Amino acid sequence: MSENEIYPYGAPEHPSVSKIDLTKLKPYGDALNDGRTQVSFTLPINPSPEAEEVARKLMEKMGFIDTKVVCMEKPSEGFSYFVCYGATEYTIDFTKIHVVKVEAEFKTFSEINDLIKSKIKRKLVILGATTGFDAHTVGIDAIFNMKGYNGDYGLERYPWIEAINLGAQVLNEDLLDKARELKADAILVSQIVTEKDCHIKNLKSLMQLAEEKGVLQNFIFICGGPRLNHPIALECGLDAGFGPGTLPSHVASYVVDEFMRRKKVRE
Amino acid sequence: MKLNLNKKQISECRSIAKKIGLQVQKALSQNTSVASERTFLRLLGVDQAKHISENNQFYPYANIIIDDLVKNDTISDGVLFWMANACLHFKKDPKEVSEYLVKENISLTEIKLEKRSLIEKKSKDLAKAALEKICKTRSQRDVFIKKYKDTFPKSSTHPLKYVIVASGNIFEDIVQARSAAQAGAEVIAVIRSTAQSLLDFVPHGATTEGFGGTYATQENFKIMRRALDEEGEKIGRYIRLTNYSSGLCMSEIAAIAAIERLDFLLCDSLYGILFRDINMQRTLIDQHLSRMICAVSEIYINTGEDNYLTTADAIENGHQVLASQFINERFALSANMKPQFMGLGHAMEMNPWHKDVILLEIARAQMTRDIFPEAPLKYMPPTKHMQGDVFFSHTYDAIFNFVSSLTKQGIHLVGMPTEAIHTPFLGDRYMALKSCNYIFGGSESLYNEIQYKKGGKIEKWSQKVLTDSLKLLKSIEKKGLFKSIEEKCFAEVSRSLTSGKGYNGVIQKSSDYINPLYDYLKEGKYVRK
Ligand code: B12
Repeated sequence: MSENEIYPYGAPEHPSVSKIDLTKLKPYGDALNDGRTQVSFTLPINPSPEAEEVARKLMEKMGFIDTKVVCMEKPSEGFSYFVCYGATEYTIDFTKIHVVKVEAEFKTFSEINDLIKSKIKRKLVILGATTGFDAHTVGIDAIFNMKGYNGDYGLERYPWIEAINLGAQVLNEDLLDKARELKADAILVSQIVTEKDCHIKNLKSLMQLAEEKGVLQNFIFICGGPRLNHPIALECGLDAGFGPGTLPSHVASYVVDEFMRRKKVRE
Repeated sequence: MKLNLNKKQISECRSIAKKIGLQVQKALSQNTSVASERTFLRLLGVDQAKHISENNQFYPYANIIIDDLVKNDTISDGVLFWMANACLHFKKDPKEVSEYLVKENISLTEIKLEKRSLIEKKSKDLAKAALEKICKTRSQRDVFIKKYKDTFPKSSTHPLKYVIVASGNIFEDIVQARSAAQAGAEVIAVIRSTAQSLLDFVPHGATTEGFGGTYATQENFKIMRRALDEEGEKIGRYIRLTNYSSGLCMSEIAAIAAIERLDFLLCDSLYGILFRDINMQRTLIDQHLSRMICAVSEIYINTGEDNYLTTADAIENGHQVLASQFINERFALSANMKPQFMGLGHAMEMNPWHKDVILLEIARAQMTRDIFPEAPLKYMPPTKHMQGDVFFSHTYDAIFNFVSSLTKQGIHLVGMPTEAIHTPFLGDRYMALKSCNYIFGGSESLYNEIQYKKGGKIEKWSQKVLTDSLKLLKSIEKKGLFKSIEEKCFAEVSRSLTSGKGYNGVIQKSSDYINPLYDYLKEGKYVRK
């Protein structure tokens, strides 16, 4: 058996059960490789046999075969609402997938504190804010507040971290000025509103401003929010990005590791 | 009353809230604000705006005139005084006067002063005309209510179905609002563009670009009102329209809403303070005026306590919601509002994975129903714990729909399966309304069938929330509302008396301040008995 071929989890080794070919991965509906997928959308026309055919044709154009329109309803005049099923013909080679991940070894609260105490020998200063017009604070607070998130203590609780949370609606300019004033080691930016990609624009302009001010190398730049991830952060010029479900200790682990990396380079 | 709650505690909560309200009123009775003064101008009909070519924006005449009074240090006399004088002098109405002032770049204060007694008389006439105008709008609504035999809120058969549209383009919003109405929606809220609340002026004209919402402008209100009236005509129902009387232009929005016949307004006494960092004095001054306008116009207010449960844990902090409802009720009463117009807010925001959480939600919803029997309670769906898993989220909303029907809530914000992702798609709204239609229809008579076990979990929990609220209210009374907010009594947010946006727009009234418009509103002269 090639390295890329395995039985589905829990399947008995029986000739009737096919193996998963990791180089040709597709959705599992009711059986391996059936590719069955559900799709739902609305069309700006009234329901009709023709509308149903349009929906089916669209499914085909999306790469589905054996398409079925299982629901066509009329939400209101001039609209039709569809639920469809189809089997996708596409497969993906799992072995060729490469995702950039935050480079950090995740550590516990006390490991992080011990590491800062023994290796860095001073408190790390971490500054955070939700920037621009965004007024959402729950995400950044989850990372900062003592109580933390999902049982994981927030940065303010770390004896070896000086954590300062500026809250929401903070201008990029003010954030950078404050970071300089407080000699921050890391800047944490939260972006929750993503309408019309305003979060991307906002992050890019933060980094541009940092460059203009000549402080790009002074801080570790980190962003987070439900629609953010590491690759997007890199694309915007930041050092790391975190998505939904992030725990404060994840962020702290990264800051410590990155700080040490940079220190080594300097030495 | 279905739950055996301690009645003495309930009335004690009310009397403490009254004292808290009086403390605030006393502290702020000698103040007005730039936004309040602009509101008076808008009520007088000054609704134009000047195009500014540098930023291609419109700047309202109301702002131009008030900015000028601020610059000349004469705002403390109140704009009505100066405007009445100008009207006398030019023998023109306020709109014509404003046109002249802006065109000729003249200050109100440059105009020769007439006799004070004449100015007083003129300002009274202007005030009466302004209020009669919004009473006329009110009676237009009466016609619709009668025509469609609308029963809200007194004998509604189900919680009123309220959905949002938020495309950013008012014309796209119309498409979606009409669609929602046909699918069963009874109230349409046009969500405002992100951060409009922080603009110190009301944008102007029909707008087609916004972020996460559509700008609230007088023209947009008018356009949507017309569309909903037309759609209502087709489906034989009155479709209510909502917007947001919050932020730095809170009271101006109330004025525009009164003129353009909006039916509901989100109008909370503390929301702007806690969630937008708007100065507390500014907010409390403007909310008082907003609500006095709502009282005359018979606009239902919706309060924002539901939001507290997004920043503070919903299981631990139910009492904050109740305490705040007592305060919101008090502020509304002192603005001459009747309980039947108070859409006090609360929400189903407890962690869905907590054991017996549905019982706890029922307890809170029924408790609120029992304590505010006349108020058309505004019930918010789960938002904070909604997930990208839209299928789970749809189920979660279905339980919310059920709890709402079971406890006879007044205004039901229909939850969207895609809450954690984006502002709703047309199809999301349809799915969500279909679930509501099923559950509300299928459980229409349930409220009258259900009783709760004496001393059971539900009753005990609601009593605990009530007891905790009383404790909180007592502490707020002792420290005063301002100090208490500073000490994070609500939503785990701290704000101080002089911090926050818009503080420099708070104005001390001079001893010459004349404003019959304010006085009539205060006396409740035009409020229907
Ligand atoms: C609570 C809430 C509010 C509250 C906010 C209260 C507050 N002080 O924060 C209030 C009511 C004020 C609010 C207002 C608005 N909201 Co809102 N809100 C939400 C809601 C329901 C929950 C968000 C939340 O608290 N999640 C819980 C936290 C813990 O999760 P999180 O933010 O993802 O954070 C985690 C990670 O992402 C990460 N993280 C986050 N930040 C950071 C930063 C760093 C550095 C790191 C490392 C990690 C990290 O760690 C956290 C813990 O794991 C969401 C819907 C939803 N369920 O997501 C809508 C939502 C975010 N809001 C939305 C909108 C549109 C608005 C408004 C613009 C509406 C309007 N037009 O007025 C206004 C905002 C106005 C403004 N100026 O910003 C939209 C955004 C749509 C979009 N994709 O752009 C959503 C998705 C709702 C919707 N479906 O329309 N909102």
